[in-house]
Amino acid sequence: MLKRMLLGAVAILLVIAATYGSFYVAPTERTMGLIQRIFYFHVASAWAAMDAFAVCFVCNLLYVWKRNAKFDWLAVSSAEVGLVLTTVVLITGPIWAHPVWGIWWTWDARLTSTFVLWLLYVSYLLLRTLIEEPDRKALLSSLFGIFAFLDVPLVFGAIRWWRTQHPSPVIMGGPGSGLEPTMKKVLFFFVFAMHVFALFLIVERYVLEKLKNDVDVLQREAEA
Amino acid sequence: MALFSNTATLLGKELRTEFRSRELLTTTVVFILVVLILFSFAINPTSEESREYGPGLLWLAILFAASLMLQPCFLREQGNDTLSSLRLAVDDPFAIFLAKLIANTLFLLLTELLMLPLFAAFYNIPILPKLHYLLLVLFLGSFGISVVGTALSAISAQARMRELLLPLLLLPLLTPVLVVSATVSVSLLDREPVIQWKGIAFLAVFDLVFLTALWIFGEYLLEE
Repeated sequence: MLKRMLLGAVAILLVIAATYGSFYVAPTERTMGLIQRIFYFHVASAWAAMDAFAVCFVCNLLYVWKRNAKFDWLAVSSAEVGLVLTTVVLITGPIWAHPVWGIWWTWDARLTSTFVLWLLYVSYLLLRTLIEEPDRKALLSSLFGIFAFLDVPLVFGAIRWWRTQHPSPVIMGGPGSGLEPTMKKVLFFFVFAMHVFALFLIVERYVLEKLKNDVDVLQREAEA
Repeated sequence: MALFSNTATLLGKELRTEFRSRELLTTTVVFILVVLILFSFAINPTSEESREYGPGLLWLAILFAASLMLQPCFLREQGNDTLSSLRLAVDDPFAIFLAKLIANTLFLLLTELLMLPLFAAFYNIPILPKLHYLLLVLFLGSFGISVVGTALSAISAQARMRELLLPLLLLPLLTPVLVVSATVSVSLLDREPVIQWKGIAFLAVFDLVFLTALWIFGEYLLEE
């Protein structure tokens, strides 16, 4: 309990510090101006979301292999947190795009595949609500999770053949891309902060799922 | 080798079941026809627009039709609990999937072949010049739809609200198929047709990825 509270406090402090950094430490971007500052929050959420989904995928595989309910609890927890973070990405993106591109949305590769990713994990969580029996729910949703995760690179590849309007990658992009050093530091700090925050949310959600399961077991025992 | 003989026997069973009643095929043909006509009412395309959007609409109609057609695939086996008998009868449960997905691909292709002349007439698009390539795209696309659809119908058959659930799980997963098949078809039906080999290869990769996934994870989908 104490450890979780401590983790929560650290996570919240880190996010506050990162937000401060993105507003006051990072220099103002030359052409886009103030609105560019949303980039740190946007990119950090996106990275944390991808990692949450990756955790979900690994847990799905582990569940199918080991059949330990703990993997399923962790999978659903990280899927939910990943979904929330993807929602943040899908909201902050248009807020930035409207003043900079002049449009809220464009059907470009990264936007569209993020949106499809979001839909896939909504379906994943929806599927879980529609199967009663816990073991069956865990197994079938794990299998769907595996299919969904395999689909993501294919969705991205398929849509990439069209024109792309999203700014090309600034981190690990080709030559000529790159960030000003302070901006880079702020970004990486924000990415770290979001990961800790995501970890905190996943841990809390995991505990909740475990309690839910305990209650279910007790209820069944009481009825029997 | 047992896999192939088992698959062949089961495929015979799937085809016999369907061709006795032809329920699935007739309803799917009528469904695609209705959707194509409604699309034309909804957008009232000029001849140029028909060429540009027609193939996409055709693929969308196929996708919607498939999401309905694949419903009874495993549901059918639940009535008399024939799935358990099937599982006992074969060495490798992959044979059950293989037979069902080949049958579904054949049903889809058959409906597409029946629809293609009507589509060409209604949307005023000559399909003959590059027909063999178009058939290749239709085959690869339908195979992809069937592989994913057969797997997911095994999931949705075990859940509540299954009629709504299957399209919800299936359609986002099939985004790559829709995107690529529609583009490849548009360029094939253009006034100056182009064969997009890259797209055709992509469809083959999609089919292969999910066929492998089904081969690895299929047996868990049928667990009792």
